[in-house]
Amino acid sequence: MDAWLLEYLPILIFLGIAIAISVIAVGASWLVARQKPDTEKGSAYECGFDAFGDARSKFDVRFYLVAILFIIFDLEVAFLFPWAVALGKIGLFGFWSMMVFLGVLTIGFIYEWRKGALEWE
Amino acid sequence: MIAALIFYMFAAFTVGAGVMVISARNPVHSVLFLILAFFNAAGLFLLLGAEFLAMVLVVVYVGAVAVLFLFVVMMLDINLSELREGFLTYLPTGGVIALVLLVELAVTFGGWAFAPDVEALVQAPVQAAASGVTNTEALGALIYTKYVFLFQASGLILLVAMIGTILLTLRTRPGSRKQKIAAQVARTAKNSVELVKVPTGGGI
Repeated sequence: MDAWLLEYLPILIFLGIAIAISVIAVGASWLVARQKPDTEKGSAYECGFDAFGDARSKFDVRFYLVAILFIIFDLEVAFLFPWAVALGKIGLFGFWSMMVFLGVLTIGFIYEWRKGALEWE
Repeated sequence: MIAALIFYMFAAFTVGAGVMVISARNPVHSVLFLILAFFNAAGLFLLLGAEFLAMVLVVVYVGAVAVLFLFVVMMLDINLSELREGFLTYLPTGGVIALVLLVELAVTFGGWAFAPDVEALVQAPVQAAASGVTNTEALGALIYTKYVFLFQASGLILLVAMIGTILLTLRTRPGSRKQKIAAQVARTAKNSVELVKVPTGGGI
């Protein structure tokens, strides 16, 4: 196996332990515990009341707006990482190409700020 | 040997999660299986030597896109029983489309030929890692100089996405009261407090 891949071995071990613990936690309680479900035990628990309604209610479209704006700036940050690492190699041109990129997104940021898309009311 | 085993584990999980995405009855469970598929795809990228892509897949897709999908699933307010009602009526049309796609895939795979320098390309990230250049650094050396126009185009696409989202989903509610911080800060004692001399027994 390649040497650089070995650096990810702790993550693999972590993954194995996490899977093992979750399987043991769910499996052991499923195997060992006594299970006698009835309609009252199996019903949804809502602070002692009967359930008021379906859990699947409509979300406001504003959550969607916030999420998509978050994705856009998330991608912007994802572009910043390799730029920061390779900044010594790519010189002034690379620096200014990122500045133009950031400038374009700043126009969008000013637009959404002025439009009030970031305000929650 | 171990790398091959890990590859098969990730590949099997990815395919299994992909099947569960389309076959799970609850759309929320579908999204959760999609997240599992993303994680395993990140593992596959890692085995290929594309470390940066693997991390971006986790950060962007799992952290943002999957959350967005969850919001969309919640926003649509899907009724599970209604969803399955039209299954048989749509089956012929869907089956024909699936068949056409299958034939297209078969034709593509039939005429598949590897480029002669593909071996060198596959080895490129591994060799770069061996020579001390990290994956992220190698990417950074290319994106911002050699592929500068594609990079700027991606910035413009993000701008269009941002403006499009705001135009489509932003609604202003005229009745809502907003906090005006500037007005609050500009308030002084002079224009908000009035001192009045009250004569005894007179009242204001």
